[in-house]
Formats: sequence, C-alpha cells, structure tokens
Amino acid sequence: MSQPNVLILRAPGTNCDAETAFAFRQAGANVELLHINRLLENPGLFERFQILCIPGGFSYGDDVAAGRILGNQIQHHLADRIARFKAAGKLILGICNGFQVLIRSGVLLDHDAEDGPPATLSFNDSGKFEDRWVRLDVRGTKSVFLARIDSMYLPVAHAEGKFVARDVRVLSRLEADKQLVLRYVSQRPGSNGVAYPDNPNGSMADVAGICDPTGRVLGLMPHPERHIDPTQHPRWTRGEAGQVGDGLKVFKNAVGYFS
Amino acid sequence: MLWEVDIYPSEGQPDLIARAVAASAAELGLTENLSVAAARGYLIQGDLDRQQITRIAQELLADQVVERTVVAPVGDETLTQAPDGQQRLIHVLPKPGVMDPVADSALAAIADMDIQAETIRTLKKYWIGELADNRLEVLCSKVLANDAVEQVIVGPLDFRHLEVGSPYDFQLVTVPISLMDDAALERLALEGQLYLSLVEMQTIRAHFDELGRDPTDVELETIAQTWSEHCSHKTLAGRIRYKGPSGERHFENMLKETIFAATQKIRQDAGERDWCVSVFEDNAGVIRFDDKYNVVFKVETHNHPSALEPYGGANTGIGGVIRDPMGTGMGAKPIANTDVFCFAPPDTPSETLPAGVLHPRRVMQGVVAGVRDYGNRMGIPTVNGALYFDPRYLGNPLVYCGNVGLIPREMSFKQPRPGDLVVAVGGRTGRDGIHGATFSSAELTSQSETVSGGAVQIGNAITEKMLLDVLLVARDRGLYNAVTDCGAGGFSSAVGEMGENIGAEVWLERIPLKYEGLSYTEIWISEAQERMTLSVPEEHWDELSELCASEGVEATVIGRFVPTGRLLLKYNEHQVADLAMNFLHNGRPTVIRDAVYNGVRAHLVISGGSKQVAIDRTSALMTKCALTPILGSLNVCSKEWVIRQYDHEVQGGSAIKPLVGVTNDGPGDAAVLRPVLDSRRGIVISCGMNPRYGDLETYHMAASAIDEAVRNCVAVGADPSRIALLDNFCWGNTDRPETLGSLVRAATACHDVAVELGTPFISGKDSLNNEFRPEGADEPISIPPTLLISAIGQVDDVGRCVTMDLKQPGNHLYIVGLTRNEMGGSHFAMVESLTGGEVPKVDPKYAKGLFAALHRAIDAGLVRSCHDLSEGGLAVAAAEMAFAGGLGAEIRLADVPYLTETEGKPEEDLPTAVLLFSESNTRFLLEVEEDKAEAFQDMLEQQPFAYIGKVLDSDRLVILDANGSPAIDVDLETLKEAWQKPLRW
Repeated sequence: MSQPNVLILRAPGTNCDAETAFAFRQAGANVELLHINRLLENPGLFERFQILCIPGGFSYGDDVAAGRILGNQIQHHLADRIARFKAAGKLILGICNGFQVLIRSGVLLDHDAEDGPPATLSFNDSGKFEDRWVRLDVRGTKSVFLARIDSMYLPVAHAEGKFVARDVRVLSRLEADKQLVLRYVSQRPGSNGVAYPDNPNGSMADVAGICDPTGRVLGLMPHPERHIDPTQHPRWTRGEAGQVGDGLKVFKNAVGYFS
Repeated sequence: MLWEVDIYPSEGQPDLIARAVAASAAELGLTENLSVAAARGYLIQGDLDRQQITRIAQELLADQVVERTVVAPVGDETLTQAPDGQQRLIHVLPKPGVMDPVADSALAAIADMDIQAETIRTLKKYWIGELADNRLEVLCSKVLANDAVEQVIVGPLDFRHLEVGSPYDFQLVTVPISLMDDAALERLALEGQLYLSLVEMQTIRAHFDELGRDPTDVELETIAQTWSEHCSHKTLAGRIRYKGPSGERHFENMLKETIFAATQKIRQDAGERDWCVSVFEDNAGVIRFDDKYNVVFKVETHNHPSALEPYGGANTGIGGVIRDPMGTGMGAKPIANTDVFCFAPPDTPSETLPAGVLHPRRVMQGVVAGVRDYGNRMGIPTVNGALYFDPRYLGNPLVYCGNVGLIPREMSFKQPRPGDLVVAVGGRTGRDGIHGATFSSAELTSQSETVSGGAVQIGNAITEKMLLDVLLVARDRGLYNAVTDCGAGGFSSAVGEMGENIGAEVWLERIPLKYEGLSYTEIWISEAQERMTLSVPEEHWDELSELCASEGVEATVIGRFVPTGRLLLKYNEHQVADLAMNFLHNGRPTVIRDAVYNGVRAHLVISGGSKQVAIDRTSALMTKCALTPILGSLNVCSKEWVIRQYDHEVQGGSAIKPLVGVTNDGPGDAAVLRPVLDSRRGIVISCGMNPRYGDLETYHMAASAIDEAVRNCVAVGADPSRIALLDNFCWGNTDRPETLGSLVRAATACHDVAVELGTPFISGKDSLNNEFRPEGADEPISIPPTLLISAIGQVDDVGRCVTMDLKQPGNHLYIVGLTRNEMGGSHFAMVESLTGGEVPKVDPKYAKGLFAALHRAIDAGLVRSCHDLSEGGLAVAAAEMAFAGGLGAEIRLADVPYLTETEGKPEEDLPTAVLLFSESNTRFLLEVEEDKAEAFQDMLEQQPFAYIGKVLDSDRLVILDANGSPAIDVDLETLKEAWQKPLRW
C-alpha cells in the first residue's frame, strides 16, 4: 500500500484540521475529516484508515480541562476500537489539543488501575496562552513519526502544555523506556538548562512530546503542520528557512511507514 | 441534593490563580504578601450518590496528577475548612442568567458517563489570609469578581438549591403613548432605555394615533432598536449643516457624500478593472482576491460593554465581528482577526479613579483575555492590532475588533425569497444583552453598571465554531438563500433587515431558550450571542435540520418570510406586533444637525517654556534624551505581552508575523497571510491611528491615519493599487456642533485622500457618544476624536515580502520621502511636554507616486528591509530596525531630504530634533544591498530619497547631525530594554 488513508478527527472546537489535512496531503496521504459523532455512531469507520490524527484546537472549548471531554468520550466509547487500531500496527498522532486528548484518554500511556493517569499536561507556568517558536531535539529512534529527524524548529500555541509525570518513578520509567522522544532545547548558546521561554511551559525534563511503548503513537505540543512551507518560518526573510518546513518530515515519516 | 466539588492544586503544584490574586492585591496597594489559596469548583444538583459524585470528580472534573478534590453536599463543614489556615472564605459565582459555558459542557459530559445531573453551576473559591474588612471589600470588587456578571458570597454558601428559572405567564403589554405629553414621552424614552429623541417619540405617537391604537411594548422596542444610532447611523448618514472657515456645506447624507462617494469615484475610474464587489451594503465589505475567491473585511467596536465588563465585552466584541463575515453574502470563512484597543495609562493611580470606573490595567487585562479566549477558540489567527493610551479613555475605553473572511466569488451575494422559512441557528436565547443596541448609543455614567448590567453578554466561542462548521457546509450544499447574524438588536434587527423588502411573520414561542421565564419581548430583543438567521426554502429544511443535528448545532424554524410588507410577531395564538416594514425602516424623522469647525490654527512654533531649546539644532543633549523615552512610551513600546497571547498562526497561512527579527520580537509593520494554502497569493493587514493629531486638526489626523495604514501595507510589499480601507469613527457627543464639525472634517479628509490614493473604503462603522460622566460632575469626559483606519492589501507572491529588521552589515540605508517641520502632536512633543507645532499633513498625489515606486522596488527584490516612519519619526524607526535585526547602524542626518517651506515661509535648515523626530507622513527607512543600490536608485528616480547610512556589525545606533557630531549614540540593548520594559507583564 503506497498511499495510506488518514482519519483526521474533528470535534466541536477542533480548529487545526484543515492545515493538518493539507500537511498529510503534501506528504502523499489520502485524507478524510470525520466528526467524532460519526465515529460514535459507527465505530466500524476506523477500519478503513491506517493513520488516526487528532489535530489541534479547543475540543469542547477546553471546558473543564484541555482535551478532557473528548478524551473521556474516547475512553468511554471507543477504547476497544483504538486498542485494536494500535494492535493492528497502525499509527496515531495527537498534536497540541490532540496530545492532551491522547494523554487524558489513556491511549498514549496506560492508566494505572489504582493511581490513575501516570502523567498529565497542566497549565503553563506562565499562567497564560502563548504562541512562540521553540527549538526541539529528538531523543532516540523509538517514534515512527520522528525517524531520521535530529531537531526541529516549530511553533507552540497553548495554555495547558506543561508535561507533569505523577512522580519521579514514572518519569524515570518513561525515560528508561525511551518514550520521552521530543524535548525543548535552549536557543541561547552557553545557557545552563532550558529556561523559559525556550521551555515555554515549564514541562518536566523539557518534554515536548512522548510516544507510547510501541513508538507508533505520538503526542506533541508543538505544531508540525504550521511549518510545512518555508514562509511559515518566522525568519524566512532573513534567509534562515530551508527548502521545506521542518514539520513536513513528521507527516512524510507517517506516510512512508506504509510504503 | 446539591453537591459541591472543589478542586485545589495538589501538594507541590503551583496555585496559579492564587498567585495572580496576590499579585493584583499588591498592585492595588492592598497588601504586599497576601496569603491566598484558590479552588475552582462545581455545584452539581441532582439525585446523585457519593459514589457517582466521586466518580465525576475524579474522572471528569479534576486532574488526578496535579489536583486534589474536596467533595461534599453544600453545607457540609469539610467545604469550609481552609487549606492553609486562612481566615476568610469568598465564593464567586456567575449571576443567575449569566452564561456559564463550562457548566453546560460539564453537564453534557456527565450525561456521557451515564449519570443524570439536573443542573450545574461553576464557582471560584478563595481563601484569604489576614486583611482588613475594607480592603477585603476592595479585593472582592476589584480583583475577585465583577459585579456586572458575578456575585460574591462571603462565608459558607447560603443556599441549598440552584434556581432553574420559572415559567412565564403571558401578558400582552401595551404602552399608552396616545395619552402621553412630551415630558412623559421623554421620560419613557429614558426610563425604558429606548434612548430615542423627543421628535422620534412624537413620530411614533403620531403613527399609532393614525392607526387608532397604542403600540405594544415589543413594537416600541423594535422601533427603538431599528432607529438606534447603533443600527441606523442616523447622525453620520443624516442631514448635516456644516459651517467651516471656507463657508457652509449641506449634506443630505454625510457618509454617502464623503466616504461612499470616494469609493464610487474610484470604482467608476477603474471601469472594468474595478475590484470592489460589494461595499457598504452587506455585513462586511467585499473585494476581489483571486480567480476563485473574494475577501471580506469588517471592523466593529464594542466600547460600552467593555467598559462595564472588559472580559465579556471584548469576548463578545470579537465574537460579534466574526459573525459579520459569516453573515456576508452567503457566508465567508473567517481567516484573520484584528484588535485595536484604547485605554487610559495602566499606571493610573487607583485613588484617582472616579466611582464606577474599573482600573485601566484591569480593563486592559480583561479585554486582552476576552479577545484571546474567543479568537483562539475560534481557530482564527489574530494578526494585527494596536494599543493606544490617553487619560481620556479612562471611563470609556475603546475596543475595536475586526475580522477578515474568504468567500467563493459566486457566493458573494444573497437574496431571501418570499415563502422561505426563517430559521434560527446556533446558541439559545437568554436574558443576556437586553438593550445593547440602544445602550451603546448612550453616554456612560457611574450608574451604568447597575442600570445596564443586562446589556453585557458573555460569549461561548465553541457554540460559534460549531455554527461556523455547519454553516459553510450548508452554504456549499445550497441549503439557504440568505444568512445574517444576530448582532445588536438580536432577532429584531436580523429578521427586520432580511425581511425589509418582503415582510415576515415570526412565532416567538418556538425560539429555543436557555431557561424559562423570558417574555415575548425579551425573546425578540435579546442579544444573546452565537445566533444567526437563515432564509431557507422549505424543500431544504429537512436536509439542513439533519446536517445541524449531526454536529450538535441547534436549528429551529421560527417564522416565514411572507410578501405582506409587514412584520408580524406572534406568541402562541397571540399577535403581539404588527408593524409596517416601511414605517420601521423609513419612518424615522430626519433632523438637520449643526456642525461647526472654527478653523483654529495650531501654533506654528512648538513651545514649552524653557524647552524651546529642544528644537535648536545646536542642542544635541535634548535629542539624545528623547529617544529612549519615546521608545518606552506606551503607544510605541513593545506589545509582545498581548501578541503572544493570541494564536497568530492557526490555519497555517502565516507568512509575515506580527513580531519579526532575529529574536522574533521586533515590531512588524503589517501581517501577511496566505489564505489558500496551495497558493502563493497573500493578504496584507495593517492599521493606522493617531488621536494626538486629532487634538490639533481632525482633517489631518484622518489623512495621516490613512497614510499610516497604507504605508504599513506597502512597507511589507503590498501592491498600493490594491489596498482597500475601513473607517471606524469613535467620537464624543456629536450633539455638540463643534464635535460633529470635527467629525465632518475627518470624513472629508477620508474622501479626499482615498480618491487620490485610489484606496476605496469598503466598510465602516461609527460609535458616537463615547463620553463618561463621573459622579457629581457637570461636564462629561469625552474621548479624543479617534479614527481607526484598517487597510487590507494584497501581494501576488508572499515570497517577495520584506520585514523591518536589519539583515546584513554593510548594506546601505536609504530614507524615502520628505521630512517637514511637523512636530505638532508628535511623540517628541509628548515626552518633552511641548505643545503646538504643525500637525503632519498628507500630499496624496505625491504619496501615490512614492508608494507605487517603492512597491516596484520591493517587488523587484531590491529591498532587504523596510520600515515605515511613524511615532517618533526617523530615530525610532532606525532604533527599531537595529534592535530587531540585532545589528548596529550609522546614519547621517546631513543627507536627509527635507522640505524647507512651511506654510509659504522658507526655513533655512531643519533643526536636528525635527530631522530625528518629525512625524511627517509618507516616509520609509530601507536597507538595500550594495550591489543593488544602483538599480534601486534608478527605480526611485522620480522620488525624494537619499542614501543616509549603513548597517554595521556593531551593537550601537549612531546618528550624526548635520555637522557630523553624534546626535544619538546608544547601544542597542539600552534601546531595546527601554522599548520592551513598559508592558512586559
């Protein structure tokens, strides 16, 4: 199969669906946008897709907590389908609000029966929504989406993106399992550690994105779909952009996985 | 049973809400280190057991990793145990009837868990440490709650049940105006919040006398809404007798004869190349973009609601203006937001605030958060804006919100048809926003908060986003013939406008309500947000209904357009209104208003006592000191704190961002975006405004604002022959002939400059009566005349755009345009406390040629960076370019081209301060690579320009005066710090 089918999940308040669809199409995929209500009515719709993407936005207004209501819907009604989707060797990508949904629904990290979710995405230390560009390093080779990428320059735009593990034990387990695949890095030479705003939200261990134990599920706060065209780079007029944006490779990796 | 779930940060997690409260308490001078703990909470009413409520708390409401919960029935003492030994408990809840979107979402999410709750309300809970009673009161009213929409309960909650609204008993109300004398009519107009003039009230009385009956309350309200300044623009689109120094002029319709006339002239001159599509007709102006699409643009103000409740006012301001493009033609897709705010200085001492006025810092924080939360949730990038500060905005801040939309060319017009169903889609109707249209036409007083609290609306962006999603699908499937938004006046205005040429019948009891108890009149005039009205052919209703239901959007048939020429309202079997559309739309009496302009001339010489020396060219000292204060003045300083809170990149088309430069923090001139992702064609958005010039001369203020908006567009690469403009007038009370005269002058300038530049006005809006009367004061405080000009330009290929940051050491710096001795209203005069001086003027013929030449140079790739000269003139532009690019520069004033003739009187030389800080229009500072210098100079041949310096690999900005001695020699870090510091919150 050379052209995988991508399901971009829409919900009330999803708003990065069009540009994410564009990015996947640029990478060579067939893309379909479906509303969560269609999947709740007919979970069998999952069958014809190889990639599930939950794009950015404010699903259900981020009411209660970012990604919570959509995450709960998935957990309550679609958990089995998603588990089968994962088991079938398919890919799942959650960007920004999609990452929040994946982590709240237990799709990315299994919830412990006793202790609940092992990690969360909480309010930025700055206490506010911020849109800014960050430098990212890829750690390890576990994530299918990040294969052959060393670093990326992408924008973040969120209020609740601070990665917090439940405790040190969880954090070291994730680190040992090489699931903390994407990290914020300093943009100032010679600085010690990754201070705000290079780590834009105060995330533990500078985590910007994590993958599941298989490497086929990725959640990340930065927006790869916002760096596809060189003119999206904030300093392209200074000659700093490449031929294509750094984010395109994430989508190409996903598509390439099925070729 | 009424349960309460309180959610606190768990141990070791930051309490961000408490931190913000403590900081505000310190800012207000209440106490330095207030001990605060905060919780967000939910009151959940329903037949639930502890196991169910615990599940709801853990699985839905709280984040188990970083939060802990306290769950108990209201009244239980575990709810009143302070987490950290604080003494006082404060609850803040939305007032009954105020929108509570989070509660609605939580209710639906609980149902999704197969648990049935009856109703929910959110609350905030604050535990406050030691603080005197009077200070606690201030904390509650200034920090924790806003009385317009929230209630404060000190101590334990004093209720055990949430009210869910009570049923409404129909009773037809007629208003006996036939028996009223003039005094009674005037009283009715004021006390009934109709805000109609006596002549208008008399006209209504005469109309109903003729019919032989009295009007019902809803008939009177409908007329008041339709005739309100907000909806009919009766002042500017009315008859005006203007007396100025050069004689008298009579306007039958002032706007038509000035601003619209300019557009007509430009369109006629363009002939077949006319690129305007629909101007001053629909909810937004429409122009050509490419072969497939048109773009639409609208800017609105939401001043009075924002004065009372900054968050809600701004929230619904942006929410409302987004519905304008959505309600233009058959519905445009919103692609960009703009926001321009005017506030009093945020460091205004609290103790100087008049009663009833919110602190400007709080207003600003609330307004920014309101635009942020709505715009970001809608998924629309907020890409351009401005902040302007003046003490006169204290009681009357200005909140301009704009929206740009993209619409397929063939969808640009609409036509409701007789027989079509009137369909309401989107949000439900509640008591929010009653009398918004008439209230916005009134002067604010210290009592406004209590009288007009109901005029404040709270938005729910997701309801609007869901509506947008289905609207565009319905549009493309051809399921309706027309669409319009419910803005000011609610259904009254929406149905009234759509049915103006047909007639309509509306069945009010069918309109879905948020809660019981609304009267038929409240239903009709409510300005509840997120509602639109469609004209739907009966055969498409089923498909539309199904489409809306499939995404959870409510759609309801509420009436029918019937060819009667009448507006008929029914509530069940009762007829409650029967008005002739003709009377409603054409029955308003026109009065002739007087406008006077006395032609007061500003002093030619700028003066400030001993500071006269300031503009002496031999005094270098003063000029050195002026640059950093100007960079650090509120109007010029960095707005990064605001900009970063807006998602300015969603939709993926961002090509030139609002912040540019080597560290992404320099002030861009205009935003550029690609609305169609597989195309290179771009839209350029900018604005211009300068109320300081208006204090001297509103004609030149308006001309300067246009020049500024256009040159910002041109500076990034827009084609000056394809720039359209929008006007938004915010003025004081135009019943005063002098105030109206100053507005007529500004409108005249708009006409004159637009015609010469070939930049048509495509839409506009005015907001009059922006005055505030402090308690006990005889005279109201009027805002300065404030004209916002928004510009929308186009570029063939965004890849040819330029930014303002210096790029490369060794490159040449050019100034383009003539400098004049125009220091009146300048920021130099402001920071040096000088008055007088010539206000900057515009020579539009010359400007047109210069813009065109510059554009050719940019389009040919000859320009590496370009920045317009505005507040602070050449010195500020050079400083901004240097620190944005992280590169030094040396500039020679000796070569700056200037005009030595001022008002016919020749001057020898321009003083150094004038060369540095004059705010003459139509000027740019450019960076050109050495090997392109010749080609660049050839292209600019007919224009005044000069090679004045170089980009250096240094960290200093050096500007040499005519004698070659440094007038300015400062390091970039000092300059940038001065510029970034004031609003780095």
